[in-house]
Formats: sequence, C-alpha cells, structure tokens
Amino acid sequence: MSRFSLSIAAAVAALLCGVIFVTTFERPPVLSSQGGFRGLSMGDVQNPRTIPARLAANQVPEAPEAAETDGPKAHETYENVQVLRDLSAAQFNRLMIVMTEWIAPNQGCGYCHNVENMASDEVYTKVVARRMLQMTHKINSEWATHVGQTGVTCYTCHRGNAVPTMVWSTEPNSRAGLQAPRGQNHPASSVGESSLPSDPFTPFLLGDAEIRNISTTSLPGRNSQSIMTTEWTYGLMMHISTSLGVNCTHCHNSRSFAEWRTQSPPAQTTAWYGIRMVRDINMSYIEPLKPLWAQNPNGPAEGPHGPRLGAMGDALKVNCATCHQGVNRPLNGAPMLRDFPELKQVNQGPLRSADATPR
Amino acid sequence: MAMLSFERKYRVRGGTIIGGDLFDFWIGPFYVGFFGVTCAFFSFVGTALILYGAAIGGTWNPWLINIAPPDLKYGLRLAPMREGGLWQMITICALGAFVSWALRQAEISRKLGMGYHIPIAYGVAVFAYFTLVVIRPVLMGAWGHGFPYGIWSHLDWVSNVGYQYLHFHYNPAHMIAVTFFFTTVLALSLHGALVLSALNPPEGEPVKTAEHENTFFRDLIGYSIGTLGIHRLGLFLALSAGIWSAICIVISGPFWTRGWPEWWGWWLNLPIWR
Repeated sequence: MSRFSLSIAAAVAALLCGVIFVTTFERPPVLSSQGGFRGLSMGDVQNPRTIPARLAANQVPEAPEAAETDGPKAHETYENVQVLRDLSAAQFNRLMIVMTEWIAPNQGCGYCHNVENMASDEVYTKVVARRMLQMTHKINSEWATHVGQTGVTCYTCHRGNAVPTMVWSTEPNSRAGLQAPRGQNHPASSVGESSLPSDPFTPFLLGDAEIRNISTTSLPGRNSQSIMTTEWTYGLMMHISTSLGVNCTHCHNSRSFAEWRTQSPPAQTTAWYGIRMVRDINMSYIEPLKPLWAQNPNGPAEGPHGPRLGAMGDALKVNCATCHQGVNRPLNGAPMLRDFPELKQVNQGPLRSADATPR
Repeated sequence: MAMLSFERKYRVRGGTIIGGDLFDFWIGPFYVGFFGVTCAFFSFVGTALILYGAAIGGTWNPWLINIAPPDLKYGLRLAPMREGGLWQMITICALGAFVSWALRQAEISRKLGMGYHIPIAYGVAVFAYFTLVVIRPVLMGAWGHGFPYGIWSHLDWVSNVGYQYLHFHYNPAHMIAVTFFFTTVLALSLHGALVLSALNPPEGEPVKTAEHENTFFRDLIGYSIGTLGIHRLGLFLALSAGIWSAICIVISGPFWTRGWPEWWGWWLNLPIWR
C-alpha cells in the first residue's frame, strides 16, 4: 500500500472517530453536587442542558379549587359509593373530575362508568379504580417511610394515561445470539442498556428475594453468594438509577455496599422502603386484579384500547420508573397530595362484589 | 564514590537546557543540573506538606492518612489550608517535581546527544496525573474533583467515580486502556522469556543470538518483530495504556454525565440492526 492510500485511510478513520465523538458525547460545563466528605467523589453529575426538558416533563397539572367538606356525604347522595363514602358530595365530584383528567381525559366518565347508570359496576375499570384508590391511600398512610409527606396521587403514575406508561411485565425468553437464559448478555433498557440480567423485577419487585450479595466470608466454601445473584442485584440497581436519574453514589458509598449506618447516605434507607413498597403494590393490588384484565385484555369497550396484560399474559406491574419517570423525586417533588385531601379519606373496607352486577 | 574507568568520558559539562554551567556538575553518581535543584525543592516542600497534613489529620496509620481536595463549593478558587488548600499546594509541588524530573531527563539526554524517548515516555505518566488533578477538575469546574492523597482514600475515590457512571466497564476508553495494559504485560513477558531462553542454552551449548530469537517467533506465529521493533512495540503499548487511561477518566464527567452503558445507544441504534 502506498503512503498516499495509507494517509487516506487514516484520514477516513480520524473523521469517523471525530463524528462519533462529537455526536455521541456531551460537553462541559457540567453540574455536579457533593454527596459526601470532600474527595470521596460521591454526588450527582448532570448535564445542565438536559434539565429543562426533564423539569417540563414532570409538571403537576393545576389543582381545581378546594371543595366544601360539609353538606351531605357522598354515600347519602349517590348509590353504590363504597370507598369514597365519607367524602362530602362536593369533594366526591371534585375527585371524580380530577381522576378523569388524570387517567382518561379523552374518554371522560365513560372510561369507568356506564354513563346511563353511573352507580353500576358493569365497566370493570370502575372496580379497578376502587382498588387503586385504596392502594393510593395505603401508600400515603403506611409507606410514608418512602413517600414521606409528599405522598402520591393517581397522577404520579398515570400522567393522563389509562395505563401508566412505565410498567413492566415478563418478557419472552429470547435465546438469540449469545443471550443467556434470563436475558443476560444482551443489552436491555430495563437495566440501563447494560447486558446484566434483564428482568430483575420478578425476583426483587414481585418476589421478595434477598438483595444481598456481600460475602460474609473471605474464602470460598461456605460462601452463599454468587456472581449470578450479584449481577441480578446489579441489574435492579441499574433500573433504580436510570429510573431516578441518579448514580450509584446517591445511595451508596461504594467502598462498602454492606455498610449502612456510618457511610451511606439516608437515601439508601428510603430506597429500601421503596423496594418493599413496590412489592406490596404488586403483590397486594396489581396481581389480584389480573383476572379483570384477563377478561378485558384490550381495555374497556369505550377505549382507549391497548394491552392490559404483558406479552406473557401477566399483569402490567409497577417498578421504580412507574412513579419516578427519570427524576429523583417524582413530579420534581411537588407536594401534589396536599391539594387532594379527598385521597386521604378512602375506605379500606372490603369491596362488595355483589355490586359488580349491573342494575 | 568510585567511578568506573569509562564513566569519566561521559561526564562532560555543557549542553544544558537552562542555567548554563550553574548547576552543571555531579554529586557522586548523580547529575545535579538546574532541574535537579527544582525537583529537590518541590519534593522536599511537597513531602513536608504531606507530613504536615498527616499531623493535623488525626491519624498516623499509613493506610488511613488522607489529604483530600477542597469541597466542591470552592470551585476553582484557593481553599483554606485545612480544608483542601494543602491538597492544592501539594498538587503544585507534585507537578513541579514531576515536570522537573522530566526536564532533568531531557537535559541529560541532550548532554549525551541521545533522543528524547525517555522524557517523552515519562511525560505521558505525568500527563495522566495532570489530567486527573488539573484538566478534569478544571473542565468540571472545581478542584474538589481531584483525587485525594491517601492509600485507601484514593481507592474509595476511584470506586465512587466508577459508580457515578453506573458501570465503568462500559466506558469505551476504559476498555481500550485495560486492553493496552494487558497487552503490555503480554508483550513484556514474551520479550523477557525470549531473551532469557536465548541466553540460557542447555549445559555446554553456546549462547544464542537474535537470529535464533527471530526464528523462534517466525516458526511460532510466522513473524518476528525484531530486536529493535519489540522495544518500539513495548513503548507504544505502554504509552497507549497511559494515554487511554487519561482519556477514560477525562471523558467521565466533562464529556459524559450518565451511565456508561447508555452511551452505547448510538451503536445499538445503528440502522443496520436496529
């Protein structure tokens, strides 16, 4: 090869590298925050040019004027009011209106109600909505360890969609290429585009597998930990990081992942409760509703139509992204629940299945 | 100090880079020179500051002594001595000493009429350090992004920086740097083994030379890089390892703020297999 063609090849290679560098990387200045003692390199690193879009995508809709709390109760005014019976009629109507905006802005009342007979339970989504209201109440009342006083509303997950956009279900087990069982060795968005096991949700967010992989012995033999469980855990952590838009040092001093009390930020404890909360949501609320979705796999007759079950026929379940949607504090930490005291007065009693029959 | 008979021939004054014949002399076997003096100065001051930092740091446990950079809030300004200012002074002393040492190597090379391969090679290591404690902190806007001076503390820094980008093994420059480090080890071990095997024939046989070495590798892999070439290759591999290490850390933060696995999105989305 002549010197000339060599320089042509070198120029082409340099151009290609330059194009890749310019188009795939970010650039200074960057924003960083300090999350630990100086020099420990804990804390966030962010590209300031991506922040406005993230802020804009997580805005809270304006709350309607507060409703009168006195006057007749909802269950005195309307028939078949089960979980919102203790609200005033005005509060009840206010909540119905915002729930429509939050969940089915295009379908309106008809998404959950037979508009000829609002008291009827014939549309399955109404039965689901009752359970979701109880779930919201439980999250706000019993999982303050995770949601604090900020709390959650329907909008935290739904954001104007009948089915929250960020949900998970069991993926078909592909064995294409070098892909191992359980999705390892193939990049997956569920684990931040890494090639870690792509379904950390089933063991950790549906099941209650232990998320521990620090050996307590220095030698093999009685060591119960394995690379496999470690990578599975790593996959879950990748999901948490990318869902919250934070890096590992948000919760961990990586010099010792097993050390909680003296070296880790308090966020690690918040996340611990969050994992338990998601398990509770999936096991106590989502999974038991699966038969209703199985009867209506494409949504109610009025629409919006879209899958209510995953590719393998399981329910669409909750993970960290469902609420967080790329930000550390969902909806940028706006205390939306404060404007909806109605959500704090949800009756947790068992639902009357007899009312599911049309009247 | 004793001097070998032929050493005197090479101890010729003149050819200095700076200072004329001011420090152009030897102390025992050591050439002094202007940069020898500056190197000694920065080394003594820097070491004294490290000892001072250790003395006020609360521990003399050599594993735990930690002289940390300033809080990020100080940005690119000077910090109080006990809150990172020491780190800044020690960094200046370290760079002064390292650069002096490189220039001393250059001066000796020049006096001897040699090439500058040695100062350039050493300069790559200094450049990697400079990248860590100056270039990257300046690009990120705070001296606090430098690494702390301490045996364990600097390892904690390395670990946390890696986890700030979720999975550092997906950093493309880190991949290349690691590959060069391992290849350097492979080349050095092959070279060392080859030379020793040629120089250690069975009892009673003559020592073998370069022709045997070349023939061995031609028999084995069809090609021998040769006696000079192996050293060019070794220098290239080793310097590439250092350069790509510097690149892999300087792109983490200033040129990429998210998880490294996510950077590969452009590859996963190439139209041929998307």
